[in-house]
Amino acid sequence: MPHLPPVPLSWYLILSAILFALGVAGFLYRKSILTVFMSIELMLNAVNLSFVSFSYELQRIDGHIYSFFVMVVAAAEAAVGLAIILTIFKNRGTLQIDEVDSMKL
Amino acid sequence: MNFYIVSLIKIAIVFGVFMTTLAYLQWVERKVLAHIQSRTGPLRVGPHGLMQPLADVVKLLTKEDLLPPYVNRFFYLLAPFIAVCLALISISIIPFGPRITVFGYQTYMQISDVNVGILFVLAISAVSVYGVALAGWSSNNKYSLLGALRSSAQMVSYELPLTLAIISPLLLNNHLNFRAISESQAGYYLGFIPRWNIVQMPFPQIFAFIIFMIAAFAETNRLPFDLAEAENELVAGFHTEYSSMKFACFFMSEYAHMVTISCVASLLFLGGWHPLFPAPYSDWVPTLLFVFAAILCFLHAITPARQRDRKTFPVFGIAFLIIAAIWAVPFLHFVLVPVFWFAAKAGFLLFTFIWVRGTLPRFRYDQLMHFAWTFLFPCALLNLLLTALCVAVF
Amino acid sequence: MDTILFIVFAIVAIVCAFNLVLQRHPISSALSLIGVMGSLAVLYLLLGAEFIAMAQVIVYGGAVMVLFVLVIMLLNAGTEKISRKSWFAQIAGLPLLLAFVALLGFLIRGVLPPLRAVQFGSWVGGTAERIGQMLFTQYLLPFEIISILILIAILGAVVLAHKEFD
Repeated sequence: MPHLPPVPLSWYLILSAILFALGVAGFLYRKSILTVFMSIELMLNAVNLSFVSFSYELQRIDGHIYSFFVMVVAAAEAAVGLAIILTIFKNRGTLQIDEVDSMKL
Repeated sequence: MNFYIVSLIKIAIVFGVFMTTLAYLQWVERKVLAHIQSRTGPLRVGPHGLMQPLADVVKLLTKEDLLPPYVNRFFYLLAPFIAVCLALISISIIPFGPRITVFGYQTYMQISDVNVGILFVLAISAVSVYGVALAGWSSNNKYSLLGALRSSAQMVSYELPLTLAIISPLLLNNHLNFRAISESQAGYYLGFIPRWNIVQMPFPQIFAFIIFMIAAFAETNRLPFDLAEAENELVAGFHTEYSSMKFACFFMSEYAHMVTISCVASLLFLGGWHPLFPAPYSDWVPTLLFVFAAILCFLHAITPARQRDRKTFPVFGIAFLIIAAIWAVPFLHFVLVPVFWFAAKAGFLLFTFIWVRGTLPRFRYDQLMHFAWTFLFPCALLNLLLTALCVAVF
Repeated sequence: MDTILFIVFAIVAIVCAFNLVLQRHPISSALSLIGVMGSLAVLYLLLGAEFIAMAQVIVYGGAVMVLFVLVIMLLNAGTEKISRKSWFAQIAGLPLLLAFVALLGFLIRGVLPPLRAVQFGSWVGGTAERIGQMLFTQYLLPFEIISILILIAILGAVVLAHKEFD
């Protein structure tokens, strides 16, 4: 097996930056509420990766605790957010973000 | 380099035994169900239908592989793949015995020793919903979709009592690693009561064990909770549109889940590979058991029910005697006896799965959800609180 | 070995994230997101965070994304309609995105002090034991607050979904 040099931690951070940017792109470009919501989850995941990476750099587990909290918040957010999406779909009959443009039916 | 070779050997052994178990589990299930219902079960292929699994495999392989025109092709093909892969992964962290030394090389009787083993099993069982959900959705068929929705909701709901039932024995053992959990259940109270978690002081986990088994029935989509494939309501549920090998994948994943969850239950609650009573006597149990089976075979051969039994029963008797002799070899004790006790416990739980299937009727869907949320979940929570209290006080 | 694993799973994560943004059907996006989360779990393992890796699979893979897939199946959400996008986004979107990544890359490579190299197994701090100790000593207050947050979220979801079925 060839001996490869170990990965510098900055690669992990750059990966996290790329994922975050893709999440932002999805959030801004996509028109389906579900996909927009998934892009938010992608951004949260990217931030989690950098938390864990910095935790490795500092050799402390505080970063792990933060990413644990982020996960919990994401789960709570998904439960409420999906309930809201269900209600929107029931009232408006659409999942396109730009068709949900009136404050009141 | 040694590590890779040993790992490959272990993987080969575990995979071979696991696949054979899956094939024969189906034969055992058909036989046991048949006897519960006063039938004979498979009898034609080989003596007592023992070659039936092979015939089934050939049948499934050579059947026409239909691809319905209205399905979402990519996900339709992906779903059985996901289901079977996730079902087969979990066995890789199950320990079947203690640390052994073979030709001077120390190794554990498990493929990999994971620190967070129990979390790994939970994670795999949590994501295995996708196989079912995708299969039902991509089939583009309302029965499949209903089956998939039912099954996903059921698996998500029963995961809660399952997890809570797993946590309470962990409080007694203070480990997430399967090997450490099992090793902390070694020893005996008063010299003869095993210190398994179901009788472990300060708070016996018998209730956790019952809750775990009930939730396990729901997690594996077995009767009385097999709403996902209730054939009188939903044709065949999520796998209605699947044929040939793709159907076999779902079938295999169901059995693999059963085997894995029985192994997990015997490790968590029944002491893993530790015998029922202390060592010098328990080492001879497998030998005695197989000798007894051999004697039974010879007795039946004296008064055969059919002409063929005059030949087959003595052959089985001799085979059992050979197996008994293998277990009697003293220098193989350290490998075979733990494996025997582990397999016996897991096998008993697997038998319970089949037994329940032959005995209980199916639940209605609202009863199923009601049972999970208003009875099983509070019970599991109460059990967890009592365990925590007892561990904290004593 | 860990270099190969990092490269493979980083590529999987990026490809899946691109797929999430580009696919028109929500269920394809959802599955791509599951792919991203799975490969991130492997990267967490490489960084010595075994508990977080498993929590990632259980919480994101087993709970959050199952909810997404169930909702997509329930609503029978079809492919997204292509609608008029603003001219500014069409012209400047991609360059701005690239500029954003380049800026972050510059910050990471140029401004941060040199970071460690990741070697699998050199630091295994994220065991369940240590995380549990931290959660119940130093981070007890946030932990309790977050449990109240979850309770509120459950109540909110129940209230919203109840309206749904009336």
